[in-house]
Parts: sequence; C-alpha cells; structure tokens
Amino acid sequence: MIATTIEQGLIYAIMALGVYITYKILDVPDLSVDGTFPLGAALTALYISKGVNPYIVLVLTFLVGAIAGVITGIIHVKLKVRDLLAGIIVMTGLYSINLRIAGRANVAFYNQDTIFTLFPLNKILPEQLVEYERVILLAIIVIILKLLLDLYLKTKSGYLLRATGSNKTLITSLGKDSGLVKIVGLGLANGFASLAGGICAQQQKFFDISMGTGTVVIGLASVIIGISVFKYITFMKHTTSVVIGSILYKACISLAIAKITIKASASDLNLITAILFLIILVITKDKKRRVRQNG
Amino acid sequence: MVELKNIYKYYNTGTVNETCLFNNFNLEVKKEQFISVVGSNGSGKTSMLNIICGSIPLEKGNIIMDGKDITKEREYKRLKNIGRVYQNPAFGTCPDMTILENMSLADNKGKPFNLSFGINKKRIDYYRDCLRFLNLGLEDKMDVKVGVLSGGQRQAMSLVMSTLTPIKFLILDEHTAALDPKTAELIMELTGKIVKEKKLTTIMVTHNLRYAVEYGNRLLMMHQGNIVMDKVGKEKEETQIEHILNMFNEISIECGN
Repeated sequence: MIATTIEQGLIYAIMALGVYITYKILDVPDLSVDGTFPLGAALTALYISKGVNPYIVLVLTFLVGAIAGVITGIIHVKLKVRDLLAGIIVMTGLYSINLRIAGRANVAFYNQDTIFTLFPLNKILPEQLVEYERVILLAIIVIILKLLLDLYLKTKSGYLLRATGSNKTLITSLGKDSGLVKIVGLGLANGFASLAGGICAQQQKFFDISMGTGTVVIGLASVIIGISVFKYITFMKHTTSVVIGSILYKACISLAIAKITIKASASDLNLITAILFLIILVITKDKKRRVRQNG
Repeated sequence: MVELKNIYKYYNTGTVNETCLFNNFNLEVKKEQFISVVGSNGSGKTSMLNIICGSIPLEKGNIIMDGKDITKEREYKRLKNIGRVYQNPAFGTCPDMTILENMSLADNKGKPFNLSFGINKKRIDYYRDCLRFLNLGLEDKMDVKVGVLSGGQRQAMSLVMSTLTPIKFLILDEHTAALDPKTAELIMELTGKIVKEKKLTTIMVTHNLRYAVEYGNRLLMMHQGNIVMDKVGKEKEETQIEHILNMFNEISIECGN
C-alpha cells in the first residue's frame, strides 16, 4: 500500500515538475498536460508491444510530448490564442491522436519487458526491500530528472525562462523574443508530462484512454502543496518541494479513499481529486506576485 | 544616429474616436546628443519613444538607425541596440532572481542565451564595481532577491543593467517619476554620470522641468504631436525654467485652459 502510493507519487512528480515549469516559472496555465500524459502512455503501449527497448521508449515519449507542447506554444504565441484555450485545443485534439496511436481505448501488455522488469537491482536487493524495488528505480529516475532541471534553470537559457514568467518586459529589453522562450518552456513541460505518462503505463502494464483526466489538477495540487508546505525552508529547492508535494498529494488521496472506502469506488477518484485540490487552494491561498505588463 | 522620417500615427483607427497624434513628424537625433523632452500629457512623448522601440505600430513613415531602416524590425530585435528604463521600477529587473542573477542576465544581452552556466564567476567583481558606483550598498547584497529592494534601488539597478553592455542608444521614459524627490535626485545624478562616462546617445522624457534644464545638451518641448521648442547646445544652456514655463502657459491658453 505504502509502496504503491510512493510509486504513484514519484511517477506523477515527473509530470508535476513539468507543471512547475509552466505554472510557477512561466505563469502560463497549461491544460495540454491532460493530453500529453496519456500521449506518453499510448506511445509506450505501441512501442512496448512492438518490443522496443523500454528505456528507448522513455526517450521517445519525452520527445513526442515535447513536440505536442511546442504546438501548444505555437498556437498561443504565434496564432495569438489565449494560453488556456491553446491548451484546451491541444488536449482535445490529442484525445483522438492517442486513440489512433494506441489503436483502441485499452491496451494491455502484461507479457512484455518494461523498465521495471529489466531493472537489475531485484537480484541484489535484500529480501525485505524487494517490495520497494520499483520505488528505488523510480526515485533514481526522478532524482536524475530533478537534478537535470535544476541544472538547466542555472544556465543562461534557464535564466531567460525564469525571467520570462516574472517580467516579460525585461526579456524584450534584453533583445530576446519572450514568445520563443514560452514555446521552449511549454515543450519542456509537456515532455515531462508525456514521460510521466509513459512510465505510468510501464508500471501498470496497460494504457487506458481516460488515464489523463485530471492530470493538470494533480500537477497543480502537487506544485502548490509542495511549495507552500516547505515555504519557510529557504535552502530547499522548489523542484524538491514539488517532488515531495506530489508524494504527499497521492498519500492524501489514498487516505481519503481508505477513510470512505465503504461508499467510494474507483470512479469517485476524480471527485476526491477535485475536492482535495479546492481545499488545498483555499488553505494555501496561492497568490502570486508578478510584474504588471504595460500596454 | 536615429532619425524619424515623416511619421504618421493614428489612435483608434476606424472608430468615431479616431485621433491623429503624429502628422508628418520628423526628428533627427545626432550621435552623443542627450535630449530632454518635456510636454503635457498626451503630447506624444511616450508614443515617440514607443515608435523608436517598435512597441507600437505606425501608419506611415520610416525609422532609421545608423543609416539602416528599422521600421519593419520587431521590438525585441531593435532593443538589442537600445537600452530602456521605464517609469515603473519593476520593469527593469526580475523580482524572483537575485541581484547577481539579474546582473548576469543584463551582461549577456546581445550574446546567445545557451546552455552554458548563467553566472560567469570572473565577472562578479566587475558587477560589484558597477553596483558600488551607485553608492547604495547593493554590492554586498549580491544574493538578495531583487523583489525585496525598494523602488529607488530597483530603478538604480535598472539603469545599471540597461547600460551594462555597449548600446547605441539609451531611452529614459520618465524614469524618476515614480520615486520620492530625494531618490529621484540620486537616480538623475547617476543618469548624468553614466551617460557622460559611456558617451551614450540619450532621449529622456521627464515632467521635471529642472532636470530638463540641468541635464542634457538638447531640449525639446512637444505639444499635440509637434515639436514646439527645440534648443541645442549653447541655446539650450541659456534656457531657464521660466522660458519653458512661459511656453507651457502659451500653449495652454491656445487650448483654452
């Protein structure tokens, strides 16, 4: 039970890191993750069934997800559609694309190798830790991704990304196109979401067309919980807070389901997700300080 | 250096409120000129700056910079060669980043923003020297987020950041208007020093007539999209606040106020 919760938390943490880029850094509410998360899962179902190496599949899911994010960015920046609507357009379109990629609404691949079955650790781990072998592998992946993101945010390109969210005027003053920075950010964020969807599918060994519903809510909740819980621990990086926030959020959901287990069924999950998110929003009063743009 | 040729600019085109701001407006800014621009609200001062920077489109006319027609160039491309300080101190800096990170961003203007590290350790001492010049103690707060600084400190930083890299042209858009008198005085002194030291070609819009008289080597007064006073060099030096005030009153009488 605990192991499953942490596994889920870690998988969704990857997606939450993406939402952190768009929501917290770029200040763009991006709904396309609801489509790119299952996009990663659909691609995984397709390629794993064909026998492609699961680790290569991870790279593929990231890249294709990033392309979808770039499309959201282009719709928003170049075609001047509002950010929220651009996300909805891509999310809606991806539903059909995901169905086409996977072939049908449910695809199972129980007998295929995944990153978890190929993981060599299960032979060296002591017996009492075998239950946690997936957690260990996922933790390694999440830590690597988190460190890579931290590193990126310290580069010149990362600086530009951070400055775009809080002061677009400054980017223009630096002689840079803030629209292009947004497109890059959205691509990166959706790459993360798609990668998370892919890993989720590899863990469950099946793809389901509805598995993306509520992704953006889970992502936002993780970001907001993580950052507000660790608000006063100044040495902690936001990315770390987001990862822990995701695990905390999944734990809250598990607890909520366990408490009302008599009446609740799996179909109530989204209602619980939504209500919990509302509670978090009200408690943390997530307000943001941004530089007002002129004109 | 910078030339505005036959500029036509209308607002609210196609509606009953259509107004013409610039009707065949011309201005030539020579190299190393420091122009102070005064004028009442709505006289077109800020619009002129926005047209030079490409922040707003224009109906007709050409903008020439260093002999090159930049009329069709987008705002961010033009700003590669232009430094701009806004009235709002928040526009020139990034509040979520530290002073050091802000300085590094500004230092990288005109260079590619690639995957190399954002901070160049070898440059930190140089940034410190630039900030020490401001005399605000910012050089000892390199790791403090800019968001916690006061408006005056931020505006001082905006000024340093916009002039950190070699630029052809500096635009100051009422950059002391949001500050208290003492801080405004300080920022103005710094502006004078920086412009002199870097020999920058500058346009400064201000509502403070004293600054307009004390600083710069050319003075423009604008009214309803026209230049109604243009004093250069010696003529500018002899201009007193009274002259400008008298001119202002004449214009107001014409308008029936």
